[in-house]
This record gives sequence, structure tokens and C-alpha cells, in this order.
Amino acid sequence: MNLYRDEGIVLRTQKLGEADRIISLLTRSNGRVRAVAKGVRRTKSKFGGRLEPFMHVDVQFARGRTLEVVTQVESSSAFPQAIVGDYARYTAGTAMLETAERLVAEEGEPAVQQFLLLLAALRSLATGAHEPTLVLDSFLLRSLALAGYAPSFGDCAGCGAPGPHRAFSAGAGGMLCAVCRPAGSATPATETVALLGALLAGDWSTAEAIDTRHRKAASGFVAAYLQWHLERGLRSLVHVER
Amino acid sequence: MYEGIVQDLIDELGRLPGIGPKSAQRIAFHLLNADAVDVRRLAGVLVEVKAKVHFCAICGNVAEEEQCRICRDPRRDTTAICVVEEPKDVVAIERTREFRGRYHVLGGAISPIEGIGPDELRVKELMQRLANGDITEVILATDPNLEGEATATYLTRMLKPLNVRVTRLASGLPVGGDLEYADEITLGRAFEGRRSVDD
Repeated sequence: MNLYRDEGIVLRTQKLGEADRIISLLTRSNGRVRAVAKGVRRTKSKFGGRLEPFMHVDVQFARGRTLEVVTQVESSSAFPQAIVGDYARYTAGTAMLETAERLVAEEGEPAVQQFLLLLAALRSLATGAHEPTLVLDSFLLRSLALAGYAPSFGDCAGCGAPGPHRAFSAGAGGMLCAVCRPAGSATPATETVALLGALLAGDWSTAEAIDTRHRKAASGFVAAYLQWHLERGLRSLVHVER
Repeated sequence: MYEGIVQDLIDELGRLPGIGPKSAQRIAFHLLNADAVDVRRLAGVLVEVKAKVHFCAICGNVAEEEQCRICRDPRRDTTAICVVEEPKDVVAIERTREFRGRYHVLGGAISPIEGIGPDELRVKELMQRLANGDITEVILATDPNLEGEATATYLTRMLKPLNVRVTRLASGLPVGGDLEYADEITLGRAFEGRRSVDD
């Protein structure tokens, strides 16, 4: 049997047959991996609760033809308890997992940066260091940036003219100067743009200093930007508690 | 490929959960060789179940009449409601003979990734039952997995202001198992929920 070991975060589980599940993981060295966990739904399963979404695990896989098979699991950090006990954290976290799954589309392609970003975001969510929706928006922007869709909140996304600018267009890639702006582009408040920039940079002290009433608007722009680049909308985003 | 109706039967059987093409073929030939009476009885039951069975107007469990057997039973305790995800969970709890109250079937669990939020479940119906009744305890018996826990968290928050006792099923070690094989999450929960034995 061809075995290998990796560290991963459980993104999603799907029922398979009588008592099995297909587990979708984002791993450190092998990117996204889909593996079968045999008998995991039985109460006497040796895997127990270790293969639930949000779990950070050390796992051994056996190579299979289409799907890998999970042979052993050890938990590294148990985020689910801290996340699931708070409904706002749970809905924000689920949207993160779905985004990670969508942005790391190719199975078996290493995506270390995405893995580290998701791990840090889940840890922040579990410890309650910041507001769940802020953590989510920051994660979404940075995850998109890693995938090659970095928005620009300073210089013009069209011609590179130094900012600040007033118009925003999701399709054009962020803030735009007066020349580049397409008709019908939005004009967010200066504070909203500053908040978006701080969330993209991970600058928490600046982000949290901005008046909370701009958060809703910022979330709207993040969602619009994400939907545009993912083409198909995220199912979990509408359920996020804001 | 078989001729006409035989192939249709195999195709229909193959659409059932857990039945692959080979199993479908095996069942089809079993039916072809079986007594006509047996096959007619099976067909009758299939038609009847679809025509007769629907969901209980009160609890959402499967029922043959307007209300299910449990909701109609006057001997059941009307002050306690046990909230479960699926009708099969009602059967599982009934088998324990520990609970004498009534049920509420949600029809699933909150799972945003599948597009299922509180509005897709029978949460509103539960709140209505609580508003016009003499219910004093709500037992949350959703599955002990992520979606079930999230559903319990959501319901707890909704039920708190209503001044009813809200309890959650205990999690812990399976009876007949070995401690050393328990995963750390289950064992941790068992520790958290330990109880004193001297009273």
C-alpha cells in the first residue's frame, strides 16, 4: 500500500454509502485532497469526531485510484468546539471553508499559502480575537489575492495612477480613476475604502479603529468582488450572520 | 441491454440509493422469478405509501393521518419536546423507552455550505408550538456532529428568551467501548459532562 502523511484542515464532508464519508481537506503539502473515511459514521469508529469540518489534523492517506483512503488521523487543534458554540463564528467559518475549497480548485496541487491563511483565520475565529465578519472579509480578500485576484484599494486598478480614487468596480479589479471608471461603478465612502485596504493588508489596528457602521458596506463590496471572480456564487455567504 | 420493460425495471431500481447496476439487475431478476402475489403486494405497498403517508401537522414526523401516532397519544407528556433532525431519529429515541414527551422533527440541520439555513428547517413551527402551549422543557437531540451542534447553538439562542428549560443530549463514551480507543474530542466531552455518582 502506498501511504503518505500530511497535515490538513477538513473543509467539507459528504455521506458515502452506508457508513462512510468523503472528506475534502486542504493540506499543507498536497493542496486539496479528497479521501474516503471508512465507517466514520458508526459510533464505534476509530476516527470519531476528528474528521468534522474545521478540524486541523495530522492524517495518513493510502493512495487510491480516484479517491485516497484515510488510514489514521490525529487531531492537531480542535477548532470546531470554539467555532460551533457561536452561531456568528460558525456561519463566517463555513463561508471560509467554502471559499478555500473553490479557490484551490485543482486536487493535488500544493497551496501552502492558502493553507496557512486558512489555518490562521480559523485560529483567529476560534479564539475570538476579532469580530467574526471582519475575520471573514479579511480572509476572503487575502485568499482572493493569493489566488491571483488581488483587488486594488489604492492606485487605479486600470492604469495604475496613484490613488486615492472614488469609483469601485468589481469587474475592473478595485478602485478606479476618473478616466478608467466604467459607467455605473459604485462610489464607496473614504472610510469604507480604508477599511477594505486594512483588511486586505491584515492591519487590524487600523481596521478596528474605523467606525463600525462602515463594516456592512465593506462586506457588501467584498461579497460583490468575490461573486464576480468566482463566477458561481458562494452558497454559504447568504447565511452569514452580520 | 435487455428488452423494453425489463431494462426499464433495472433502470428504475438503479435509481434507488445504494443500488448499483449489478444489484439492480439482481433484484429485477429476483422479481421476475418471484410469485405474482408477492410482486403485486410489493407494488401495492409502494403505491399506498406514497398516497397515504405525509408529515404530521404538529411535529413533522411521518404520519398516516393528519397527526402522527405520538402527537395523538393522550398519555404522552405534553410539557416536554424533543427536537430531532429526521423521522428516523424519533424511532431511535423511542427504542430507548426513556422519553415520554413529544417530538419536533426539523427536517435536517443547518448547513450553509449546502445552502440550508434556519429558514429551510421547521424552526418557525417549533417557535409556534412553544408560544401557545404548556411546554416547560425542550431537549435538543440533533446529531453530535458539526451541523447538529450548530443547529443546537442556534436553537439555544432562539429559545433562551422564552423562559423554558433547554437541555442538550449528553455526549460521551459508547457503552461497551474501550477508553484508550476513544478520540480526544469525545473523551474531552465526556470529561466536561462528567457527573457525581454519590447522589
